[in-house]
Amino acid sequence: MGSRASTLLRDEEIEEIKKETGFSHSQITRLYSRFTSLDKGENGTLSREDFQRIPELAINPLGDRIINAFFPEGEDQVNFRGFMRTLAHFRPIEDNEKSKDQNGPEPLNSRSNKLHFAFRLYDLDKDDKISRDELLQVLRMMVGVNISDEQLGSIADRTIQEADQDGDSAISFAEFVKVLEKVDVEQKMSIRFLH
Amino acid sequence: MEAWGAAVAAALSVWFALVLGLILLPSVVGLSLGISELYMTVLVKTLEWATRRIEKGVKKQQARMLKDSASNGIIQRVDTTMEKEIASLHRADFELSDIFYFCREGFEAIVEDEVTQRFSSEELVSWNLLTRTNINFQYISLRLTIVWVIGVLVRYCLLLPLRLTLATIGIHSMIVGTTLVGCLPNGSIKDWLSELVHLTSSRILVRALSGTIHYHNKENKPQKGGICVANHTSPIDVIILTNDGCYAMVGQTHGGLMGVIQRATVKACPHVWFERSEVKDRHLVMKRLKEHVADKNKLPILIFPEGTCINNTSVMMFKKGSFEIGGTIYPVAIKYDPQFGDAFWNSSKYNAVSYLLRLMTSWAIVCNVWYLPPMVREEGEDAVQFANRVKSAIALQGGLTELPWDGGLKRAKVKETFKEEQQKNYSKMIVGNGSSGNLSSGTEPD
Repeated sequence: MGSRASTLLRDEEIEEIKKETGFSHSQITRLYSRFTSLDKGENGTLSREDFQRIPELAINPLGDRIINAFFPEGEDQVNFRGFMRTLAHFRPIEDNEKSKDQNGPEPLNSRSNKLHFAFRLYDLDKDDKISRDELLQVLRMMVGVNISDEQLGSIADRTIQEADQDGDSAISFAEFVKVLEKVDVEQKMSIRFLH
Repeated sequence: MEAWGAAVAAALSVWFALVLGLILLPSVVGLSLGISELYMTVLVKTLEWATRRIEKGVKKQQARMLKDSASNGIIQRVDTTMEKEIASLHRADFELSDIFYFCREGFEAIVEDEVTQRFSSEELVSWNLLTRTNINFQYISLRLTIVWVIGVLVRYCLLLPLRLTLATIGIHSMIVGTTLVGCLPNGSIKDWLSELVHLTSSRILVRALSGTIHYHNKENKPQKGGICVANHTSPIDVIILTNDGCYAMVGQTHGGLMGVIQRATVKACPHVWFERSEVKDRHLVMKRLKEHVADKNKLPILIFPEGTCINNTSVMMFKKGSFEIGGTIYPVAIKYDPQFGDAFWNSSKYNAVSYLLRLMTSWAIVCNVWYLPPMVREEGEDAVQFANRVKSAIALQGGLTELPWDGGLKRAKVKETFKEEQQKNYSKMIVGNGSSGNLSSGTEPD
């Protein structure tokens, strides 16, 4: 009948995660308590099932793709470190980070990394291209049964045609970035984390 | 050896004499000797003192952090709709950036969602000197630790045995009493005795939890032939309400100790117990309820339309069944004070006995019960709308958050239709006639 928060993060771990993800100390401890409450197996990792148990995520048309983003190739468990690394893509870009020196590694929440994250949701086979098939799959997830194959096909064709610059009938990451250059990615792909 | 045995026997008899004289007899006639009031006063003072010590002892920044995490959550969610969000991006039908909206929604749900957190214990703003708060409070000062140790001794060595004695007597009197009354032929004497047994045993059981209950607006108390609906936190809701008047109860059958009590009480009083999963049972229940309501001499029926225990911070979807029966609905809001003990029964984590032990080693159960003015279904209102109207009234009165989600999500997966609803709304937007699309986050009951 002891307290629930029996397993605590070690300070070194918090420091490492802080460095890697940019989250603050209190954000990390709060996200850790969220992580443990999602971890129904109580083994320090989350499975796809653990994610699917969140109703608001389960009804999200792209829920499965989003969940997938947490799991490295071929694995079906994610630990807290990995969980935080993926979440970090959605950390807002703070003022002091914009003018950061170019020497260090690029922060996970940079515009480019946010775009990369979105790109990988489309690019299922990880060949750094969004093919017509891959685009169609995502479209189908978003619209369900409500739009016909022909209509969806023409939407996919138009989208690729507009983005495609090198004529390979697919969208590369560079082309993806170009199409979205006017979009406020920094804001659209950020969650307001409290301090 | 014999002297020792005699001493134990003497101690036990004194113990039972005290329990009998100071608690059981007053329970039967519904009197209070003021002991529990005194206990509550001391308790409130102690907790106030502890809060001040904690605030002084913890560094300011840490204190703020504790407060933040308890009250504000992790993120501030963006208050927007799919229409607004995606329309602001659009030139043509579909844009590669449309997935940003779904991504952010998804990630927000992963970090913090409305539903799953309602199925685990609520977090406290300040430590209540029990160990089982969600945030780990560390060593703060020697004096506080001493008080905590004294608290543990009092709770486990004095209160727990006393409460166990009372609970045992209460549960036995309930089981034995109702079984005996159940042997009588139906009639007014049986009803009267059954009421007496129910009332007395709940009074004993409430004392076993050091329950302090404030009933408000007693003029709205459920009347015979009506249906009382209340928000649900724990099986002890039943005892809390029965303490102030008898009800015929409706609920799913349980196993274990709860099952034994259910099977005994149903002999004396026309409670309706049913199997959660049996559809056949559900029809039977509706029929029984309609018959019951038609008879104005029968006790009001008590229903928890959420169908599951929620952690007392919110009210979830009310199942429409109870609102299809007809008759007058008497809404009741129950709000526990979490400072003195966590009343929520997390049934997927604790069984009935260990839950009761947790309650009995807490400080006390303090709660407010509000009787709301009776409500009837208005003309042109369907059962779902009526259910929502009653739910809002209860949420408002109890200071609880109103959620459209089904409490059944604690066990079941969310229905595929809710996702389809989202897909439909999105489809409307990209084929260009989306102006009438009403985004519901998959929350309408079917």
